[in-house]
Amino acid sequence: MLIPCPHCGDRDVSEYSYLGDATIKRPNQEKANPHKWETFVYNRQNPRGPHKELWQHNGGCRLIVEITRDTISHEILSMKATGPHKTGLGK
Amino acid sequence: MSGFRLDSGGQIDRNQPRTFTFDGRKVSGFAGDTLASALLANGQTLFGRSFKYHRPRGLMSVGSEEPNALVTLTGPDTHEPNARATMVEVVDGLNASSQNRWPSLSVDLLSANQIGGPMLQAGFYYKTFMGPTRKAWRFYERFIRRAAGLGKAAQKPDPDRYEKINSFADLLVVGGGLAGLTAALKAAEKGARVILIDEHARFGGYHRGDPREQDTINSLLERIQAFDNATILPRTTCFGQYDCSTFGLVERVTAHNPTETEFAPCERLHVLRVRHAILATGAIERPLVFPGNDAPGVMLADAIRAYALRFGVSAGKNIVLFTSHDGAYRQLSALQDLGVPINAIVDTRTTISDIAMAQVAATGMQLITGHAVTRVHGYHGIKRVSVAPFDPYTSKINGKERAIECDCLGMSGGWTPSIHLTSQMGGVPEWDSTLHTVLPGKSNGTWSVCGSVAGYFDRDDTIASAETMVEEVLRKLSLSRARKAVTHPEKQDVLNVGPVWSIKGIGGKAFVDFQHDVTADDITIAHQEGFLSVEHLKRYTTLGMGTDQGKLSNINGLALMAEARGLDIPTVGTTRFRPPYTPVSFGALAADARGGHLQPTRRTAMHYWHLDAGAEMIDAGLWKRPRVYRRGSEDLEQAYIREARMTRQSIGIVDVSTLGKINVQGPDAAQFLDRVYSNGFAKLPVGKARYGLMLREDGIVYDDGTTWRLDDTNFLMTTTTAQAAAVLEHMELYLSVHWPDLKVHLTSVTDQWAGAAVAGPKVREMLQIAIPETDFDNEAFPFMAIRHGKTSQGIPVMMCRLSFSGEMAYEVYTPARFGLALWEELHSAGKEMDLVSYGTEALDTLRIEKGHVVNSELNGRTTAEMVGMGAMASKKTPYIGSAMKDRPAFKDRRRHQLVGLVSKSDECVLIGSHLVRNPALKTPCLSLGHVTSATYSPALEKYVALALLENGQELIGRDLYATFPMKGIHVAVEVVDPCFFDKDGERMRG
Ligand SMILES: [Zn+2]
Repeated sequence: MLIPCPHCGDRDVSEYSYLGDATIKRPNQEKANPHKWETFVYNRQNPRGPHKELWQHNGGCRLIVEITRDTISHEILSMKATGPHKTGLGK
Repeated sequence: MSGFRLDSGGQIDRNQPRTFTFDGRKVSGFAGDTLASALLANGQTLFGRSFKYHRPRGLMSVGSEEPNALVTLTGPDTHEPNARATMVEVVDGLNASSQNRWPSLSVDLLSANQIGGPMLQAGFYYKTFMGPTRKAWRFYERFIRRAAGLGKAAQKPDPDRYEKINSFADLLVVGGGLAGLTAALKAAEKGARVILIDEHARFGGYHRGDPREQDTINSLLERIQAFDNATILPRTTCFGQYDCSTFGLVERVTAHNPTETEFAPCERLHVLRVRHAILATGAIERPLVFPGNDAPGVMLADAIRAYALRFGVSAGKNIVLFTSHDGAYRQLSALQDLGVPINAIVDTRTTISDIAMAQVAATGMQLITGHAVTRVHGYHGIKRVSVAPFDPYTSKINGKERAIECDCLGMSGGWTPSIHLTSQMGGVPEWDSTLHTVLPGKSNGTWSVCGSVAGYFDRDDTIASAETMVEEVLRKLSLSRARKAVTHPEKQDVLNVGPVWSIKGIGGKAFVDFQHDVTADDITIAHQEGFLSVEHLKRYTTLGMGTDQGKLSNINGLALMAEARGLDIPTVGTTRFRPPYTPVSFGALAADARGGHLQPTRRTAMHYWHLDAGAEMIDAGLWKRPRVYRRGSEDLEQAYIREARMTRQSIGIVDVSTLGKINVQGPDAAQFLDRVYSNGFAKLPVGKARYGLMLREDGIVYDDGTTWRLDDTNFLMTTTTAQAAAVLEHMELYLSVHWPDLKVHLTSVTDQWAGAAVAGPKVREMLQIAIPETDFDNEAFPFMAIRHGKTSQGIPVMMCRLSFSGEMAYEVYTPARFGLALWEELHSAGKEMDLVSYGTEALDTLRIEKGHVVNSELNGRTTAEMVGMGAMASKKTPYIGSAMKDRPAFKDRRRHQLVGLVSKSDECVLIGSHLVRNPALKTPCLSLGHVTSATYSPALEKYVALALLENGQELIGRDLYATFPMKGIHVAVEVVDPCFFDKDGERMRG
């Protein structure tokens, strides 16, 4: 599997580490109820088909990219950079 | 003794003899021979013993589908079991031996296995050994292991060199027959980057060695070679297809290759990425299922043709063919001209085509239609076969048997396209009821097929199919702009297969899978016992599960299952093929990632000093760390006890360069650390360090370490050696995804700093000599303070007064390039004060004495409360883990708590021991907790340990047993506070 990185181009999956489901948003520290925390920490959908997920290019530039990957074909449908560095990067 | 070398023919060089040994006997062949062809030419009939029944077995095929002729190749230092004799090229000095026989190939006492024939039938292993107790298995295992099996695994490391390359191309063409060559040439002409591979040493596929086709094959190859954008790889097997058009290829560079070069690797693994794959993998001939079809001397009919044309070898002196289609009649006259004595042909069909008839007429051989072979006579070689009238509608014999003299029987039930790769790529095989075979099915758009794998069994259609298919592919890849509609050739039924799946009505074992000894009866039994799914059938009978992966047996097995169930073959379905197509050596997969090259080695700046000082090194992740520095005849325990004792008496020094170090910088750095650690950092003054405990979101402890505030917006975080990379990744995730608003930047500086921790009552005295300009007085340099300075030789240092050992201690860091110089200077400064270097063992002893926790205790299941650090947590600001750390289950009184243990005898406490009240209890019994760390404490002069114990704090003062039932060791211990030594910290605070 090749994963696109906005700095480094298409790179082999072995250069990346998987950081999990990108659709999960961390609850607000102060306000969230236990149910929201439980969902954030434990519950994942494991969809068949397109899935948004985070991969870190830690064998390269260390950027964390958010990709949409088809979990059946492993086709990468979209990619964008995360974090403060994302300006001007990605599609 | 029936095969012999023909006077002419074959792609061998008769001027270049080659000598090798088989079972210790000298055998000669020619350059261009395979082990199989050379042995066949020398009259060898017996090649091996079968897996289960130890039946004598001969050569079956001419290619990688060979189930029987497996040999072990040995060199001075090498040992390769299960090599297929059909794929091994003959070189001088090759040393091959047969397998799975005892004491010898011709006298195999273990063949007694087959006398008890029904005993080993389908499901035998499951029924006999997998019962509730498995007692029978335990008893019989050693006998069965000796009797059943293939070659023995190598016992020594493989001295050969392997390599791996990543490569890229537009097109991969698998198979170098006429179809593959045609496709590769056309693609190369259009500028595509093409890789053409074939598993054999020579190209040509089915037509390899056929004199009528040789010019065509050579010309295609030469024209492809002329293109720089084309790569041709012979002796290369595509063993698997992986996600996103990635292919695994193994190129046998010097392995079994007579043109060996000194510096080339044995095998080369190609991890190939392509835009499209063209599979011209051809077809494999199908055996017929009749009693005795496994006897030495029975082989695939087309192998007889191929041995003559490719190697100039006749498989027998009096050959009979047994078939059910027209394909077996091809080239009969050409073979006769070469001197291959084919004297009769038995066909199950009552009528054959005019073309086939013409071949028979031209050769004058005997044609027996409407008959089947019913028996094979002779044990180590064929003497004659019985034939009888056959009813193709019932598959039954309907007349009297008669004998035909022969010494070799060629069988052919049709051809099966090699759909292994297409199946791996998700192609669902489709049954073609005209061709009576499976076809690859629909492509997902990343692969195409042409030639016989696509069902084109006519020579001209094969080429035409390659031309039309490659045109489609080139258009898809935008390499061809032609617009004219592409019309693929029709699939002609040139074989006229009259399908016969088994010959019934007579006794005797009729084999479906030769390698795993699965018979037609086994499949019937499996069906009777309720195994209906083909996947279950496969596992229950082990059909197709040998090293040949069912290349010969698959379709016959399916057809027999369909017959047993009264269904047609498409309804029964097929099993899915999985990689590898043929066995792949571990050496090729590992390539150069072996021994010290498996993973990087990290060495500190002081590494070679440690080695010179006699340190015994130990792996800490990728790092090498000194474990102990033994003196004289000390054993490990004596050495670490001395190191720990001297540290508490005078000074100890330990290399701490391996601790993870992360620079946390930016205007929001303090706020970020406040959220990352469970205790507060915002108010940490510049020039001070603080111990921090990190939790995971679920409230479990993640890591710990000290973080130093170098200035307002610049912190140096230290992590445990093991978690350095993970902690960085963890924090990067929060900064990128959860808190992108925080202005913080993280930089790993682990390799940039070398560090030494110095500890002990005389440490100030020593540091004052080494770093004279810094004031080490208690008030001038208080606990947890950071100071910058330089040594008397001018080495810049950054120090922090913190202690892991409980002694008065400092961590001294310097840029890594000064690491060794600093280390040596500290040693010379401490020389008069009995300074001792200590390793990880003494480091562990000292921290256990103080009750400090490391990853043995912070094991991914412990909360801060459990290790006695609950009170540290910030009450005001939220942090990672604060929301979930107070869940009710974490507050349960029965949850483990960290305690100390003191051995009440002179015995050490074993790590992993369980804590129980009564060691006489029979296991399994309730465990109250377990020992996480243990050592001899020189300070207490006792064996001590740390443990996680249910409700531990309340059990302090009680006596328990640390029990290790597997070793029968039960040590009486007293539960104490986890801090064994200097609880008030007077020694470190001075
Ligand atoms: Zn990158």
